[in-house]
Amino acid sequence: MTAVVVTGIGVIAPNGRNASEFWSATLSGRTGIGPLTRFDATSHPAVLAGQIDGFDPVEQIPRKLLPQTDVSTQFALAAAAEALADANVDPARFSRYGTGVVTSNATGGFAFTHREFQKLWTQGPGAVSVYESFAWFYAVNTGQISIRHGLRGPGCVLVSEQAGGLDAIGNARRAIRLGTPVMVTGGVDSSFDPWGWASHVSSGRLSRGRDPERAYLPFDVDANGYVPGEGGALLVLEEASSARARSARLYGEIAGYAATFDPRPGSSERPPGLRRAAELAVADAGLRPTDIDVVFADGSGVRNLDAVEAAALADLFGPGRVPVSAPKALTGRLYAGGGPLDVTTALLAIRDGVIPATAHTSAVPASYGLDLVLREPRRAELRSALVLARGKGGFNSAVVVRCTDG
Amino acid sequence: MARRVVITGIGVRTPGGNDVKEFWGLLTSGRTATRRMSLCDPGEFRSQVAAECDFDPRREGLTPREIRRMDRATQLAVASTRDALRDGGLDTAQTDPHRVGVALGSAVAAATSLENEYLVLSDSGRQWMVDHDYLSPHMFDYLTPGVAAAEVAWVAGAEGPVSLVSDGCTSGLDAVGHGFRLIREGSVDVAIAGATDAPITPIVVACFDAIKATTPRNDDPEHASRPFDRTRDGFVLAEGSAILVLEDLEHAQRRGARPYAEITGYATRLNAYHMTGLKTDGVEMAEAIRVALDESRLNAEDVDYVNAHGSGTKQNDRHETAAFKRSLGQHARQIPVSSIKSMVGHSLGAIGSIEIAACALAIEHGVVPPTANLHEPDPECDLDYVPLTAREMAVDAVLSVGSGFGGFQSAMVLRRPGIGVAL
Repeated sequence: MTAVVVTGIGVIAPNGRNASEFWSATLSGRTGIGPLTRFDATSHPAVLAGQIDGFDPVEQIPRKLLPQTDVSTQFALAAAAEALADANVDPARFSRYGTGVVTSNATGGFAFTHREFQKLWTQGPGAVSVYESFAWFYAVNTGQISIRHGLRGPGCVLVSEQAGGLDAIGNARRAIRLGTPVMVTGGVDSSFDPWGWASHVSSGRLSRGRDPERAYLPFDVDANGYVPGEGGALLVLEEASSARARSARLYGEIAGYAATFDPRPGSSERPPGLRRAAELAVADAGLRPTDIDVVFADGSGVRNLDAVEAAALADLFGPGRVPVSAPKALTGRLYAGGGPLDVTTALLAIRDGVIPATAHTSAVPASYGLDLVLREPRRAELRSALVLARGKGGFNSAVVVRCTDG
Repeated sequence: MARRVVITGIGVRTPGGNDVKEFWGLLTSGRTATRRMSLCDPGEFRSQVAAECDFDPRREGLTPREIRRMDRATQLAVASTRDALRDGGLDTAQTDPHRVGVALGSAVAAATSLENEYLVLSDSGRQWMVDHDYLSPHMFDYLTPGVAAAEVAWVAGAEGPVSLVSDGCTSGLDAVGHGFRLIREGSVDVAIAGATDAPITPIVVACFDAIKATTPRNDDPEHASRPFDRTRDGFVLAEGSAILVLEDLEHAQRRGARPYAEITGYATRLNAYHMTGLKTDGVEMAEAIRVALDESRLNAEDVDYVNAHGSGTKQNDRHETAAFKRSLGQHARQIPVSSIKSMVGHSLGAIGSIEIAACALAIEHGVVPPTANLHEPDPECDLDYVPLTAREMAVDAVLSVGSGFGGFQSAMVLRRPGIGVAL
């Protein structure tokens, strides 16, 4: 089977506006979570967010794209450009259909569309932007990245809340196996306008904490919801032999992928599907659970969901048998961006031989049977990492990344 | 030996078609289901025409709770899914749930519910800072609509891979393509694949008005969708859903299911050109067609019928006519090409799967649906577009294409089951 490797990384995260900033923040425990200031959120029941500050789209993307793009698409364009530059991929040097794009998108161009809804209902249809038809819809980032960089191969967009970003990576890997040598893939989200924020609150899963270091505590005894973030990551995936032929730097291999869906609530005695997704992804990589050196968990921060994930890991690996971390405690949950950012973390962890900590969690229930990396990064020789993501509704996705030898 | 994928069940909710029989009756009669918009007030809109489903969720047996939490698009998909499972005779209790996946396409997903909630939260647009006292617990599921695919999975008892595919106006074709890939690669044995959209809500009507993509032929709604006709002036916004049961051929044979058609090839390409514009040369669509035929091991001459994107915009009609000539060569002039959007309108992400359903039925019944309202062919569109009247003919291999905002160009090939290799 064709091996698929990662040769480029682009990050736009609350604690780092590019991959190197993000990685140093992740290792040093610098949080991107703080009071939401995009608008006056003080009257909302949740007030903390992983917000990206200091991003200047004018520096990052062509001026003519500014009026036609939501901030989420501006983030995606910045991350895609970084990833392609990092991979040293010039699409024009590949065959006409040799480069494609698969992204995940959970909320579309939401702040943009909120403004257009208001124009429609206060000024009438004549006031609606000529860009609304494509600035809003979920396919926007795949289209804009394709156009900006001349990527004419397969394109796709997947939506399944937080799990979709890993599904995009799995889909891009499939496209490479079917013959496209280079794929840009990942996900980015942002929906921090007043309506988008209220919509997040409506999930009932948000932390109402006001202390940025205590609000989102994956697997903690005091876990009480999550903090939403914005941003994500885009990666360049390549067929391994062609990447080696052009002497590309290889971050690692996308060795395994699987997705499952939970039984309908109340319908079955069967457990949720997360464990099965993890097991299938490990098997897909040709590995056994004992080969996995670290797990980057979904780390919901919602108590019962944390318990489900801990049980799945303990069941698959044995209690305390594998180090687990959720560095997303420093960014919040990024929806479509979360999985790809965790895959980035896994690749850089393997490269540098270090597992970043789950920053703010301090007390993990003994019943979880988790070896959660707390407080400080842990040095470790890492060859294979499992990344998990879940999406509201019952989606479970898993990716295994593995180091590439020589 | 690659696994083979067949369609064993079909369910639809389309304009003028609350079941497969009605749907096929409409298409083969050449009648149209386009009419004056009624699901939202046509008021000041430039385009006041729509193709709407006569869909009553209560009559469909959905509970009050289901009706409240599901967007209309999800309701259409759930109703179609129930029909598809029944039609395919798939007993979910007898099927390994881990080997069943879902690929649901939708371009704008929960748009109608988003707009309804917006009007409440913002007090009809008067407030920018929304009022939490009016917040629905379902708002998050409209913000990020993957849950539409979850609802379908719950109906089908699917516990394999489940995804919402949102590639704009190729979502439906691409969702079926995604399900096809899941079976081919062995991830599942059964894929519930199809699409839904219910976009007839003011914000969506307005966004197409703003770029004059939809027809202003408001005084003649029954004849407003006129693909390939010289007088066409935009598409008719529509809603609908089609869900297919896709199955590994051996799995279907073991349970004695009768396939409508086999899916033999699928490809998608991006044009990397413009978010809404198309070049006239059709190069990328032609490439998608070439790859889909190649995967099917078919030549252009083997194709009996082309189901066109045929949205009814000038740029589309010329773009895809060029794509057919480029990919099918001289044979393009011999193949019947038609657009069912002339009858059921353009339901954005849903239509691609509705068109695949029509292609499977064309194979099954040996009838090619016409392009309604085609009286004066555009001189630049000089293929056989099957004007006005359905055509009885043997249909063994069908090509269906789609084109969408963002630059998506997709193609799928279906064959009569049992043709080519003995089943």
